[in-house]
Amino acid sequence: MFKKLSSLALVAVMVLSLAACGTTDKGNATTTSGTKATDTPAPTQAAAEEASTGDSEATSGLFAPIAKEDIKVGVIHIGDPADGAGYTFAHDQGIIAMQQALSLSDDQIIRKNNVNDADAVAIRTAIEECIEEGSNIIFGTSWGYMDTMEELASEYPDIIFSHCSGYKSNGSNFNNYFGRIYQARYLSGIAAGLKTQSDKIGYVAAMGSDNSEVTGGINAFAMGVESVNPDAKVYVKVTNTWFDPTLEQQAAEALLDAGCDVIAQHADTTAPQLAAEKRGVWGIGYNSDMTKDAPKAHITAPVWNWGAYYTSAVKSVIDGSWDGSNYFGGMAEGLVELSPLSENAAEGTAEAIEAAKQKILDGFKVFEGNIVDNAGNQINQDGAFLSDADITGKMNWYYRNVVAE
Amino acid sequence: MIINFLFAAIKAGTPLLFGTSGEIMSEKSGNINLGVEGMMFMGAFMGFYAAYHTGSLALALLAAFAIGVFAALIYAVLTVSFMANQNVTGLTLTIFGTGVAKFFGEMMISKSGGSPKLSERFLASISEKPIPVLGDIPLLGKLLFSHNPLVYLSVIIAIICTIYMLKTRHGLNMRAVGENPGAADAAGVNVTLVKYVHILLGGGICALGGAYLSLINGGGIWNNSSVVNGQGWISVALVIFASWNPAKAIFGSLVFGAFSVLQFYVPKNIIVIPNAFYVMLPFIITTLVLIISSMRKSREGSQPAGCGVNYFREER
Repeated sequence: MFKKLSSLALVAVMVLSLAACGTTDKGNATTTSGTKATDTPAPTQAAAEEASTGDSEATSGLFAPIAKEDIKVGVIHIGDPADGAGYTFAHDQGIIAMQQALSLSDDQIIRKNNVNDADAVAIRTAIEECIEEGSNIIFGTSWGYMDTMEELASEYPDIIFSHCSGYKSNGSNFNNYFGRIYQARYLSGIAAGLKTQSDKIGYVAAMGSDNSEVTGGINAFAMGVESVNPDAKVYVKVTNTWFDPTLEQQAAEALLDAGCDVIAQHADTTAPQLAAEKRGVWGIGYNSDMTKDAPKAHITAPVWNWGAYYTSAVKSVIDGSWDGSNYFGGMAEGLVELSPLSENAAEGTAEAIEAAKQKILDGFKVFEGNIVDNAGNQINQDGAFLSDADITGKMNWYYRNVVAE
Repeated sequence: MIINFLFAAIKAGTPLLFGTSGEIMSEKSGNINLGVEGMMFMGAFMGFYAAYHTGSLALALLAAFAIGVFAALIYAVLTVSFMANQNVTGLTLTIFGTGVAKFFGEMMISKSGGSPKLSERFLASISEKPIPVLGDIPLLGKLLFSHNPLVYLSVIIAIICTIYMLKTRHGLNMRAVGENPGAADAAGVNVTLVKYVHILLGGGICALGGAYLSLINGGGIWNNSSVVNGQGWISVALVIFASWNPAKAIFGSLVFGAFSVLQFYVPKNIIVIPNAFYVMLPFIITTLVLIISSMRKSREGSQPAGCGVNYFREER
């Protein structure tokens, strides 16, 4: 019974979020309507109404306010924030920013580091430890935590679970958050396109074309490159791991051997940037400003400003306005941005990026207009744009100037 | 393209060659030390730490070697003197070494306030430079004579180990202890001393492989989570591939190094194989080598008979 109700609520939230976004989207609804919702349309509507009344209450929130001194925040990291750069570091910087913005004390933050996201037992243990230590809200930063967090969210309905990068949520104490990093990748593509001399740009990718997040990033980057340099091609090498400095370095060196003179990356370590620096060429980092790591090579990096979300989420728990909705922020919300351009950037880069950034803030969707993939298939027509569901889940093609060999 | 591929293979194989040479020294004296991964990790940290603070390549290598000797000493005391199970002790050393290195690594990171990076001067001293004259030979010059200094060091160590093992009296004693410590003891060889010396030596050489990983592969930045990342275990497998001969390990490490970079150099539009297959390859080859060598039934190139068994003089 509970499952049915929660699935209905889920559908309702989806419908609501669609209405809120104002997108003319068809793909999104299919993901949940499959089993339970399609047979009776009426209850869906009822649930939607129910939820919409819930929504008007949402200003007062789903949970009672918690005094700032009493709140405890749990964080489950896949890596170690002490690495000083990369994915986990970026998330932890966000946590620290939230802590400072809300002036919480150190013992109000409970970190669990190096929690393997393929090990359900380890995830459960880590989260239950957070709960025992009194966490009110728990952030899970890696994709693989999703299913375990979903289970725990139904076991502990009073505790809020917030999961990064997944697609599951229950509309009350379990939401997910992610962002339009592809907007920043588009801008970084402009920097790479202006810099390259050989018109060959390397891209060290963690996952292959089956992974929508990585592939979408590559496509946005490639579109940014094309917007300023139509002759340049983007060469992709896949490591099949999110975190492996040795493999990432080897992939970067293979790209450099093939003549690439700018190395971009969707990988967690600084290894590709260091490989580029060693050869005396340039690079576009990821996750954190890698100029400090590779000062002679690094131009700029698409970076996350997770603090924007963490602060608003924890604040909503404190003042009781948490409404369980999902979060998909972009440049407008300040969740994603480009790290400051280093002196390695080509002349005119700052102006070109500033113009494109303004375009995005004014509503340019990156994945809009005529889009052809590298096998010659028409993906999108003029005047249309890809829906959020297509961007997060169906980006399994490479843009026309991408070479994945 | 082929030259670039082989060049990358040599680079990827070098840490394996250190690890394999070290492990062969240990196993030839009758002690299978599964702590290679841990010793490499400790060597990686000490090498980096010394390089970070002194900026000297010699001191970095010395420090790495010393910590490897120390780690192996723990193993030697436990297995040779206290007769602890070799496999368990080795595994424990892996866990211990990894933990210790990460602990101090994290300390180093927090002290440096971010990511500790080696000085420009140090990075220049380990950069890839062609050797004068030899480096100018077309193709071969790039392939063989344009590496960083540690690549040559690894080959020199492997050759010295081979000559020592096969051509000297001390090497003969060490092999005797590895095959049959009772007989060696009866012949007047100090079994305990021989075992200690070679386990310690082996540990030091393994740790140099770790230093290679943190100094060269790391690109000059300390990365706490996965410096060594299984290279120690591949080294243990490579010992079998090289049939306990460091000279053959030179070739073996090249093959394994080639497998690890193969996926980035194969033209994916011509040969379509899932990436996971490339990751599997070294282990498939090791399995094949094991099967073939066990079918040959030759005594040469097989595991030393006394390897893995602790020596009780009283049970002789």
